[in-house]
Amino acid sequence: MQRSDLYGVMGEFGTPEELLQAVKKIRQAGYRRLDAYAPFPIEGLSDALGLKRNLVPAITLLGGLAGGIGGFGLQYWAAAITYPLNIGGRPLNSWPAFIPVTFELTILGASFAAVFGMLALNRLPHPHHPVFNVARFTHASSDRFFVCIEANDPNFHVEKCARLLQEVHAHHITEVSNE
Amino acid sequence: MSAGQPPFDSPEIRRLSPVIGPGHTYGSVTDKISAIVLTRPTSLGWYVGFLIAFSVMGMMTVAIAWLVIKGTGIWGINIPIGWGFAIVNFVWWIGIGHAGTLISAILFLLNQKWRTSINRFAEAMTLFAVACAGIFPLIHTGRPWLAFYMMPYPSTMGIWPQFRSPLIWDVFAVSTYGTVSLMFWFVGLIPDLATLRDRSIRKPLKIIYGMLSLGWRGSGRHWHRYQSAYLLLAGLATPLVLSVHTVVSFDFAIAIVPGWHTTIFPPYFVAGAIYSGFAMVLTIAIPLRKAYALEDFITMRHLDNMAKVMLATGLIVAYGYFFEFFLSLYSGNKFDVFLVQQRLHGPYAPFYFALILSNILVPQLLWSYKVRHNVVVLFLMSIVVNIGMWLERFVIVVISLTRDFVPSAWGRYSPTFWDWATFIGTMGMFVTLLFLFVRVLPAISIAEMRELVAETSEEEK
Repeated sequence: MQRSDLYGVMGEFGTPEELLQAVKKIRQAGYRRLDAYAPFPIEGLSDALGLKRNLVPAITLLGGLAGGIGGFGLQYWAAAITYPLNIGGRPLNSWPAFIPVTFELTILGASFAAVFGMLALNRLPHPHHPVFNVARFTHASSDRFFVCIEANDPNFHVEKCARLLQEVHAHHITEVSNE
Repeated sequence: MSAGQPPFDSPEIRRLSPVIGPGHTYGSVTDKISAIVLTRPTSLGWYVGFLIAFSVMGMMTVAIAWLVIKGTGIWGINIPIGWGFAIVNFVWWIGIGHAGTLISAILFLLNQKWRTSINRFAEAMTLFAVACAGIFPLIHTGRPWLAFYMMPYPSTMGIWPQFRSPLIWDVFAVSTYGTVSLMFWFVGLIPDLATLRDRSIRKPLKIIYGMLSLGWRGSGRHWHRYQSAYLLLAGLATPLVLSVHTVVSFDFAIAIVPGWHTTIFPPYFVAGAIYSGFAMVLTIAIPLRKAYALEDFITMRHLDNMAKVMLATGLIVAYGYFFEFFLSLYSGNKFDVFLVQQRLHGPYAPFYFALILSNILVPQLLWSYKVRHNVVVLFLMSIVVNIGMWLERFVIVVISLTRDFVPSAWGRYSPTFWDWATFIGTMGMFVTLLFLFVRVLPAISIAEMRELVAETSEEEK
């Protein structure tokens, strides 16, 4: 039986190399619901966690397309349809003159999509999270590295996970409470 | 460089000149940078500097209030010179902002490690410079409360902006630039805000930094997407920064006024923007590293590299001046030839020669290793280049407008007290914002410095 107030079991490491080793071993042991916490992006951590390509680039592309098409459409609609001005018989759809604004709105749409897409996929803002209940977790934003095996993993068992973390040389192994 | 080390110009030191001082760990960079915000007492110098800057900013507020009451007649502008200080200062400030984006985006894509400790405050500088720049076209409209007319919205008047006009392109370019720079800066700040949240002791600070950090917890899954987004933003900001000053140069180049109507304007405006921007980064970095003892993080390597970028872009600008000059003569167009004569012999000739002196001649000193490593000389040169780039915009705007096609349309321009009060006032605003930034946010990216520590420790193994 699992306690419902348990989020997972957490262990602490001193260097990025130890963290990478630990993550690899924990995954080899069959656990899939785990996360690593680090004060800076670590090369190889995404691979160790088994993360594949993410959706941010696709969302950015869509945002850019929306910005570009919307931007050109806006200008076409304003200059050729709803507010046509005949200036010396020049064509209303003067597309070369619409390029700068189309370009800027493409960049704007793509940037908005990249930032807000990234935040949405990461479920941020998320000010309260069980891992913050661990007192030493404040070091995750300065000089320490953490691994948390989460309780919703099908193989999860408190003692087994704690032992596994001990085997991969984690310090300060603690249970992470949900409250 | 302390005593006991080999002389500064020995080849060993040149090769090894580090991007971060020796002996730093993840903890020590975190402590040192976050302490500036959280634990170190605010120095008397900070208060004095802030007070001076804030007073100068107050002068700008008064000048703008008076402008709103009286109208643009308080400035020195009149037909034929409708673009006076407002446009000169706008182009100058926007250009200064460009170095911040170049450092944060282009040098990131080129994997230049030395950008790490200067990118945060360079990006802040970009934002503040864009804010200062934005004031000028806004108040130059005369009725700034109607500036929203430039935005495309379904108005009850049934009119729409003229999208074929470079001035509308400018609105879109500058507002996109400001927005994207702000997002880029904020995304870079998120992990550092989490650090400040975790390290602040007082409850209100914890709450404020906690809200700003959006609950960042450094999760590996988050970093995975964060890095994608950051790389994409850098890739998007790179063409953006090149486009912004291109569009600004279109304000001139699309017109048929002699001296403006040339195809060399976009590249030479962009180069000039980066040139003046790097000068401003040096103007800020040199006092900053001194005041907060950040010599370990902003090392001589950084100053040296920035000086080299300044030299290179300065040479592109010199090439631009030369070809502008040459093509005017070679074109045989009598108005263009006349304009060159006016630059050399006209009433504003002293400005032109001062511009050549400060933008082309003085920066040639940067070829010397000794000059690049003399902090005081470098600081003075950065100020000379800032002045030179301001003169460039003055020469472009004023000489062409005072001497266009018909002698009956010639005129003279001189700024009034209110022109100067507004211009100097925006400098006060810029410095005020910088003082506040250094006090409440980490001026150097802590997360990226940790990454740098990890990389340098790997190299040593």
